[in-house]
Amino acid sequence: MLQVNNIEVIYNKVILVLKGLSLEVPQGQIVALLGANGAGKTTTLKAISGLLKPEDGEVTDGSIVFEGVEIHKMDAEDIVRLGIFQVMEGRRVFEHLTTEENLMAGAYTRPAKEFREDLEMVYHYFPRLKERRHSRAGYLSGGEQQMLAIGRALMARPKLMLLDEPSLGLAPLLVREIFAIIQRINREQGTTILLVEQNANLALQIAHYAYIMENGRIVLDGTPEVLRENADVREFYLGLTEVGQRKSYREVKHYKRRKRWLS
Amino acid sequence: MDTFVQLTLTGLTNGMILALAALGFVLIYKASDVINFAQGEFLMIGAYMLYAAIVQIGLPWSLGVVVTLLVAVLLGVLVERLVLRPLIGEPIISVIMATIGLSSLLQAIVRMIWGSQPKAFPAFIPSTPVTLLGATIGADRLWAIAVAVVMMLLFAFFFQRSREGIAMRAVADDQQAAMSMGISVKKVFAWAWSIAAMTAAIAGALVANIIGVGPHLSHFGLRVFPVVILGGLDSIPGAIIGGIIIGLLEAYVGGYIGGGLNQVVSFIVLVVILMVRPYGLFGQEIIERV
Repeated sequence: MLQVNNIEVIYNKVILVLKGLSLEVPQGQIVALLGANGAGKTTTLKAISGLLKPEDGEVTDGSIVFEGVEIHKMDAEDIVRLGIFQVMEGRRVFEHLTTEENLMAGAYTRPAKEFREDLEMVYHYFPRLKERRHSRAGYLSGGEQQMLAIGRALMARPKLMLLDEPSLGLAPLLVREIFAIIQRINREQGTTILLVEQNANLALQIAHYAYIMENGRIVLDGTPEVLRENADVREFYLGLTEVGQRKSYREVKHYKRRKRWLS
Repeated sequence: MDTFVQLTLTGLTNGMILALAALGFVLIYKASDVINFAQGEFLMIGAYMLYAAIVQIGLPWSLGVVVTLLVAVLLGVLVERLVLRPLIGEPIISVIMATIGLSSLLQAIVRMIWGSQPKAFPAFIPSTPVTLLGATIGADRLWAIAVAVVMMLLFAFFFQRSREGIAMRAVADDQQAAMSMGISVKKVFAWAWSIAAMTAAIAGALVANIIGVGPHLSHFGLRVFPVVILGGLDSIPGAIIGGIIIGLLEAYVGGYIGGGLNQVVSFIVLVVILMVRPYGLFGQEIIERV
């Protein structure tokens, strides 16, 4: 459904952030994109959704193809109309608008007559939003705001939803709840999802396939089962070490393993 | 008592017209953070367009109003295209300076075409005196109030219910997030400027009907400042209530104290408000979740 082929992204014409990144998101799946801070995960999402331009970023090489259409030179508004919707990091709800007005904004590209029906669908997934439909979004709790951000995306009925760190700043229990809903949306609405996460453990639980990024490149990819067995992933992303073995910092050879990935 | 009613009605009319002009101002500020120093010129252009349509071309006044509104929309779109779009990404202060330039330019164009002499405006709204609660007032002033109220209701509906209105508020709130839902920021800016030009044109027509057409109409733009500072730069109800308060204040001061104090009283209010409550009565404070 989505192919990212060897893209290079440069900010402000000098800062090279993505250095030949490729990934593929097949229809109907949840694909996770994992990596440390500054690896370029958010930049990858913004390259896909066209939100790089206002930040002076540019795809200078490679191509992004969505359902056979090259989209890396298109404007964000046209990309949304093709069916790609990015839920930005940090929730970014419209604070001075009510919950329902936020959802209306999400439905901006949709025909007005389907609004009611879509609204009910969103309230079905997030009953809590219905209770707070007339409160200003700025006064919702963090979890409710994240629900609103995802609900707002659902209103656009996207084929592909790009989720940027939905767990950011939320209590573990809420994170589980939101991840369960993401999984349900994927299953029931058939929405394909590209998920960026720091919480590798959770992401691997719901993803069908995962990529691991470092320094603007994909360094590892595979199904969650395979990745979970990988020694590096266990150590760096899941925080697991061999059972019964004590780790001494003297023996740690992180840098060597990392070097192997980067070459 | 009669004087009081008289002054109240006069003040209300002026206040409503001020509020209309202020609405456009607030709208532009809300959507794009730009302070539009050319708002007074928008008002003046509206009045001149109506003058040209009715007197110089000889259209019936209903058609004249339509033509004026169309020109106002065109003006808004042109300003967005020629002045704002090239300045996207530049500091806001450059854009504000550009609107000052725009105001001089529009002044000059108007003086080039119509000269600098004020002209009598054919009263397209009859000014026959009406007696109301013991006070006598021109019917045109009552009309002005009615038109302003209708415009404000339309505004309220537009921003609460319509897709474009919601999109506009979304852009005002968080531009990038708005873009991520397929809202075209350029289109929203063009909308904001067009609607601002339109409300200014209507305000201009109402003023012209009462005091005639002339380049001095642009001074109304300056009088908008106390209104928006009082009401809050980014608040639409604030613009309306601020307009009414300033209008009434000027009328009462003019009637009871006089001596030209009514000319400055609103600016005294402006200074005081800036000192004690810089975001105005209804201005947006930043929401902070704790």
